[in-house]
Amino acid sequence: MSDNTILRMKNITKTFPGVKALSGVNFDLKAGEVHALLGENGAGKSTLIKVLGGIYHADGGEIEIDGKPVRIESVQDAEKNGIAIIHQELVLVPYMSVAENIFLGRELGNGPAVNLREQEKEAQAMLDKLGMPIDSRTLIKDLPIAQQQMVEITKAVSTNSRILVMDEPTSSISEKDVENLFGIMRDLTSHGVGIIYISHKMSELQDICDRVTVMRDGEYVGTKVVKETDRDELIAMMVGRQLTNYYERDFLDPGEEVLRVEHMNDNKRVFDVSFELKKGEIVGFAGLVGAGRSETMQAIFGLTPNSTGDVYINGKKVEIHSPTDAMKQGLVMVPENRKEQGLYLIQDVKYNTTIEVLDQFLKNFRVDNKKEAEITQKYIDMMSTKTPSHQQCIGNLSGGNQQKVLIGRWLASDPQILVLDEPTRGIDVGAKSEIYSIMNELVKKGVSIIMISSELPEIINMSDRVYVMAEGKIAGCIGHDELSQEAIMKLAAV
Amino acid sequence: MAENNKNKVVVSGAPRNAFMTFVFDNMGILAALIILCMILSIFPGTSEYFLTVKNLFNVLRQISTNLLLACGMTMVIILGGIDLSVGSVIALSGVIAAGCVSRYGMPIAPSMIVGILIGVIFGLFNGFVISKTTIPPFIVTLATMNIARGLAGVYTGGSPVRVVSKEWQWIGAGYAAGIPVPVIIMAIVFVISLLILNRTKIGRYIYAVGGNDMAARFSGINVSKVKFFVYTYSGIMAGLAGIILGSRMYSGQPTAGEGAEMDAIAAVVVGGTSMAGGSGKLGGTLIGALIIGILNNGLNLMNVNSFWQTVVKGVVILLAVTIDFFRNKKKA
Repeated sequence: MSDNTILRMKNITKTFPGVKALSGVNFDLKAGEVHALLGENGAGKSTLIKVLGGIYHADGGEIEIDGKPVRIESVQDAEKNGIAIIHQELVLVPYMSVAENIFLGRELGNGPAVNLREQEKEAQAMLDKLGMPIDSRTLIKDLPIAQQQMVEITKAVSTNSRILVMDEPTSSISEKDVENLFGIMRDLTSHGVGIIYISHKMSELQDICDRVTVMRDGEYVGTKVVKETDRDELIAMMVGRQLTNYYERDFLDPGEEVLRVEHMNDNKRVFDVSFELKKGEIVGFAGLVGAGRSETMQAIFGLTPNSTGDVYINGKKVEIHSPTDAMKQGLVMVPENRKEQGLYLIQDVKYNTTIEVLDQFLKNFRVDNKKEAEITQKYIDMMSTKTPSHQQCIGNLSGGNQQKVLIGRWLASDPQILVLDEPTRGIDVGAKSEIYSIMNELVKKGVSIIMISSELPEIINMSDRVYVMAEGKIAGCIGHDELSQEAIMKLAAV
Repeated sequence: MAENNKNKVVVSGAPRNAFMTFVFDNMGILAALIILCMILSIFPGTSEYFLTVKNLFNVLRQISTNLLLACGMTMVIILGGIDLSVGSVIALSGVIAAGCVSRYGMPIAPSMIVGILIGVIFGLFNGFVISKTTIPPFIVTLATMNIARGLAGVYTGGSPVRVVSKEWQWIGAGYAAGIPVPVIIMAIVFVISLLILNRTKIGRYIYAVGGNDMAARFSGINVSKVKFFVYTYSGIMAGLAGIILGSRMYSGQPTAGEGAEMDAIAAVVVGGTSMAGGSGKLGGTLIGALIIGILNNGLNLMNVNSFWQTVVKGVVILLAVTIDFFRNKKKA
């Protein structure tokens, strides 16, 4: 790799009222490299990226591009300097075509007229060049997330960006799509584009990144060449201490069968799924995105109309037509998408914790405030949730703490069986490790857990058994001793 | 991770004084209300009249129907919806109740119950369509608004249905223990609404559905039932307001309650409830209704012409939500 540094950020400082978000952060990027930016939530990664993208204005420090100092004071300045950012939450217009999105704000055509056909042709050429199997006339809303992301990348590259920032691009796409994405990234770097890559997933660093810079609490910790470092060193750099026992799990002999599902069908995404769960077990559900794992659980919980199949709890057949029925049987689910399916974002921690157990403190037009506060505090303590007060708006907590509140909410109803759908998605390593240890405590107390996860390491390290799903069917079941990435992927791949 | 177990929790156990919370949450509009009252009690043209018991009861009576509607509307808006039909339902329930008395010779009380039932029917219908389909509440209630207004015209042929009876006037213009009856009704309904919203499960579910429909569904909350309840409640409020207004005007008028839905929405919005749903408080709505009512009253006392009153009302709404906008921005 040549030594042509295209971007150098020196001594960047940014202060918000009361908080020093960045203090003296250094970062540089070479042409043709993928440089990972690593750190827990709140470490200052996003702030740094927003300074680079012209959304925030740094209080101090310098930015150099191709060795020349530049001032980036607006998004337009950033674009002019060849910087493009692909945000974690994609910003595409759902009811417009791929081509229209790619040319949004700089439409082709004369004067006020837009030449749609020309745009479609140009966009198609770009997509083809990058090897993306997408028709430029498709509406964005009809594309799966992974392909929408490819459209974002195409859009970024179409402005001749040389510095591409990707904020957690793999957080919501399947392993197969990740491979595709990496292929495209390698292609871009071979043409001299430098990529800043933000991710929580350590395993990806080895695959795609050349160097990695670690940040903690708004400060620069260090930069390493990926090949010369390892996971433990990086985690230690991120959390500032050695995390012993990252995956905490005591494997005990499971007890009696608590849940058996037979021939579950929703006739769309789930076909003849049968499985069982024993007391004190963690059973993993692995598979590609779209394999029907979440849909299976939704069918069990009565969230899918027209689903058929039998559910037995403690050996007795039960009828579940709604999540309320499920709850009565001690069966609860923490959904996959925290913000969309779980949290009341504008409400406070207390509200979000107690919404499932209102019976315990709300009767005959009386609110037992003390009891409500007690319940809230109990689950804050149990989950080690970091929140300034019960009245804190949940939207202001970090992803990890939001997830803890959400799990706490479901634990409050004292469940026998807990379904966790992607419990650690998008949260930092410290919080992840805490959630693993809580899961371990729970199963030791006799709770049984079903964990759906797309992160193979956590599935492998936490599960007693793993069911692998593919195309809506159970492709196989693997015991803890035979678990490996290869074994799972062999069953999951179609 | 042991050190996290002792999280500092600033406020715990006993709740913050509810009254202080109320004052703090509504600081802006509360200040506006107080300033408005102060101006009216020292302004030469209004000072000797504004603070009299008679005038204050007058203000309360004037806002009574608006606050009834606004109680329902607050729930509807927290739910993330809107109910445009209430103004027209006022007219229909008023003319039918009046018709029951003057055309069919029914006694007063059952006639009024029939009037309220009209509100219930429209509320149930709105609730049914909105909870069973994905048609936006704006469209559904826009349709029922026209249907109710049209039916009121059809039933009356466009002219008022008069009721000549002292008892008929009691509910809208009478007094009980020296207090205007509609003010008593308003107070009772307000307290009931307050209890529902703050101290029942369905109250919390209203916030849940308005804040995050999907999360509510995943939590096993019966979203349809909540919607059904809220629109029906709003319908009942409209029916009640209809007979009160009809009683005060000695007649059922097919044009009664024109624009009443907008006044109710204004009170709710001035009171700080977000049109996006999921948040809002009835206390704010009360202040909102008071501000609008006192402003009207003051401008009347000053002999400002009614067209200008409407302009001022618009400016006040804009001001209130602008203050709110800046307050929220600071919080975020």
